[in-house]
Amino acid sequence: MSGDAVAVFAGRKMAESSNEKKFVLAGKEFGSRLIIGTGKYRNYEEMKAAHKASGAEMVTVAVNRVPLDGKVESFLDHLDPSMQILPNTAGCYDTDHAVRTARLAREALGTEWIKLEVIGDATTLLPDNEQTLEAAKVLVDEGFIVLPYFSDDLIVARKLLEIGCPAVMPLAAPIGSGMGVQNPSNLRIMREQLPDAVIIVDAGVGVPSDAAVAMELGADAILMNTAIAESPDPAKMAEGMNLAVRAGRLAYEAGRMPKRLYASASSPIEGAIK
Amino acid sequence: MNIVVNGELKEVPAGLSLQRLMDHLEMPTERVAVELNLDVVPKAKWPEVDVKEEDKVEIIHFVGGG
Repeated sequence: MSGDAVAVFAGRKMAESSNEKKFVLAGKEFGSRLIIGTGKYRNYEEMKAAHKASGAEMVTVAVNRVPLDGKVESFLDHLDPSMQILPNTAGCYDTDHAVRTARLAREALGTEWIKLEVIGDATTLLPDNEQTLEAAKVLVDEGFIVLPYFSDDLIVARKLLEIGCPAVMPLAAPIGSGMGVQNPSNLRIMREQLPDAVIIVDAGVGVPSDAAVAMELGADAILMNTAIAESPDPAKMAEGMNLAVRAGRLAYEAGRMPKRLYASASSPIEGAIK
Repeated sequence: MNIVVNGELKEVPAGLSLQRLMDHLEMPTERVAVELNLDVVPKAKWPEVDVKEEDKVEIIHFVGGG
């Protein structure tokens, strides 16, 4: 009996001390595989509470014209200064606008990091992969660390990596849709064919189970905004996402059991009383 | 003179440097960036770059986004 107790204890200890592998992006180590947005929050307090609960160490922000009416708020002052800021090129519909936006963001923040978005359509906000590739090339040549949002397409992913992007960010579903991973096969193929690539699922996650699915498929990290910001309780949802991303990653690293059509008894059949 | 700032037609005094324009418009100067006729002008250069009639100026900062 005492032997069993030790085994149980040892198992528990192992579970407590086993963590997922560190997430390294463009040579920088992050303590969390969750990257979150700063848009759509009802107020700064909710945003700050959600950021804290998420465990994320990097947040995205958007580049925008300063209003000329004097009503200027310093949005960045409301972010935890320990978080890395990742500016995006949201709202750009062509290569030129995205490149100009990235250059402005670099000048204003002194960061080479940019989340590249070149949108192709206002209704779906689906990316224009062709112009995303063009813009990525220009920006990589100018020394940017380009994290491109694109459709979940293996061939485009390969081209983005060849250009010199340190990661690729395929969508799970349209931005803000909360639909979850719409094409798990594409993600799985991307993971299998690009085993060394950093793959960050960006956009479309709605609930923690969506995040876990993406991570179980082998995503290295997830970027999300609306799923947390539009929840009636963003901090609680952020904590759920934090746990789901970790759970999904642990499952991916551990490896899943094979699926079977029929049952496989967990308890010994031999020796059962008759 | 007339210039376009962030898409809006603005009448401003002639002979302004970019730095003086920023002051004139009461713009914040931290964590913002300025583009003059499609090219970024680094902050250190604002005092020596003059704004001319019909110039297009973009002044950006950061807001919430995903």
